[in-house]
Amino acid sequence: MANIMYWEAIQRAHDEEMARDPLVICMGEDIGVAGGTYKATKGLYEKYGPLRVMDTPISEGGFTGLGIGASFLGVRPVIEIMSVNFAWLAMDQMFNSAAKVRYMSGGQLTAPCVFRSAGGAAHQLGAQHSARMEKVFMGIAGLRVVTPSNPKQAYGLLKSAIRSDDPVFINEHELMYNMKGEVPDSEYFHPLEGSDIARAGTDVTLFGYNISVHWCLKAAEILDKQYGISAEVVDLYSLAPLDREGIRKSVSKTHRAVIAEEDEAPVGVGSEVIAIINEECFFELDAAPVRVHSALVPQPYNHTLEKAAIPDHEDVVKAVLKMFGKV
Amino acid sequence: MKTEDKKRVLREMVLHRRFEERCYQAYIERKIGGFLHLYPGQEACCNGVMEAARPGHDYVITGYRDHVHAIKCGADPKEVMAELYGKETGSSKGRGGSMHIFDAGKRFMGGYALVGGPFPLAAGMAKAIQLKGGDEIAICFLGDAANNQGVFHETLNMAALWKLPVLFVCENNLYGIGTSIERSTAVIHQHKRVAAYNIPAAECDGQDIDIVYEHARKAVDHVRGGNGPYFLELMTYRYRGHSMSDSRGYRSREEEEIWKQRDPIFLLRDRLIASGDLTMEAFEAIEKETDAYIENEVIRFAEESPEPRVEDLDKYVFADRETQRPWLTGKAA
Repeated sequence: MANIMYWEAIQRAHDEEMARDPLVICMGEDIGVAGGTYKATKGLYEKYGPLRVMDTPISEGGFTGLGIGASFLGVRPVIEIMSVNFAWLAMDQMFNSAAKVRYMSGGQLTAPCVFRSAGGAAHQLGAQHSARMEKVFMGIAGLRVVTPSNPKQAYGLLKSAIRSDDPVFINEHELMYNMKGEVPDSEYFHPLEGSDIARAGTDVTLFGYNISVHWCLKAAEILDKQYGISAEVVDLYSLAPLDREGIRKSVSKTHRAVIAEEDEAPVGVGSEVIAIINEECFFELDAAPVRVHSALVPQPYNHTLEKAAIPDHEDVVKAVLKMFGKV
Repeated sequence: MKTEDKKRVLREMVLHRRFEERCYQAYIERKIGGFLHLYPGQEACCNGVMEAARPGHDYVITGYRDHVHAIKCGADPKEVMAELYGKETGSSKGRGGSMHIFDAGKRFMGGYALVGGPFPLAAGMAKAIQLKGGDEIAICFLGDAANNQGVFHETLNMAALWKLPVLFVCENNLYGIGTSIERSTAVIHQHKRVAAYNIPAAECDGQDIDIVYEHARKAVDHVRGGNGPYFLELMTYRYRGHSMSDSRGYRSREEEEIWKQRDPIFLLRDRLIASGDLTMEAFEAIEKETDAYIENEVIRFAEESPEPRVEDLDKYVFADRETQRPWLTGKAA
């Protein structure tokens, strides 16, 4: 086990897959000569050259469509969209071309491409550089959406996404690229469907994904030490499809659920998970499930306002205590 | 083109015309649903270019007016018609419809319904050809109105920058849905817009197949020769409306008649008759044989084919669902 950073894990997955298969390429803004905004493609340009590590013009719709078209002929492009906010410009191609081509061709064409993008609020980046957009991607038939919460997942999910014959959107997080964690030394493929139990517990399930898994883990620690509440943390690394069975199992055990998401509330992972709980295990519940989420405002620039807009582990603790009638 | 090829292409163009007119009838009879965009009037464009290219070898992509391009690449007209009927035997198994005809085996990479959407996809296919080192080229057929989308410019820039083997064919039929080019586009002659990206471009009469063919040969040779992209603009006209819901209130019948004087099929027919290589009787026989083929084989196949099964509703959504790869579940690893 190597203890490496999130960006290093992503870089390693790229490197291994590109060394194995000459049809694996990567493309995006500043990923080659500049080495990538978050270093996720560092050193690849020098190793694999400009034909396979493509510095693209700032044309998200164009280069995303170009990567998708290449994938029709068996190329496996890893398309980096520097910030998920820019993905709005590429969504026509992602949704209308990549996600639908297999179905509307009756299975003749597939689009085995990977879209990687940094999402989430970082530090005072303002309204147009702080979006969380997983809610938009997870409702599109034909598109897989995964979101790594640690370096092991970042490595294993990218490896699997490149091997997958389906288009996969990988939602990363701007604040997590320097996070360290254990990654297996040998080749590892993280499943593209399912969920991980990040911490076992018995009294309440805290559902998180990507950065909110860490709020949940921190909250579980506090709940255990200060309040004697045993929280289970479920890491929903696959947002499309969501793990119905994993959600059912955990809630059937703990009978309570809190969903933590950095996204705004109306329409999102929280509402979907609660719908699944209702459909799968409503009569197992001892309390109404609740969601912890961001305020519905364009992300403010001011530091204090920004902090007020985004939840953290304290909000998760508060939600659980309220559920248990302790506040 | 050799005389024998011209005679063969004339027969194909008659099929293309009659196929589309038969679709019109089937639509009126409600055998075909959705939107239907027909090609009559533009036949010399697709045929002239593909005679200069290699159908079945080169990768072709287009918009929603796609039936004829698919057939020209080698798709079976029976399967195309079955697709329009929504049948399981259709070229896209009834999942696509008129706007989404595919025949990957014949390298017809599909019709797409977002105007301009195929531009970057075509450049991407060219990128794949470049990586794999083949002698194929990618050919993108789209209308003039697609050039007002942002991806047109983004794609031209990248295609020129990376010298991708892609031929852009602009079938300039003067209308984008129901708005004339004068009212939607600051530059009427589309090839002029391409000059900004250092891509060689030409414009020619899109009604005369001999002229289209000569220009297309230069274009195809340029692209296949490893010189990067090329843009060919063909001035043409669609006789029918944009789709079936279009009553053509935005243009005059007089204008339509002027264009019909230069019908691509009749131009070729009359030239072959003038040179003594065809008689009017022989041409009329071709029309009769074509109609009989469409009725007895194409329509019958579509009528008699089965519907897709409802149990297969979500088949083809995810490839990995069918193969159960280890990286899907981690269980088989």
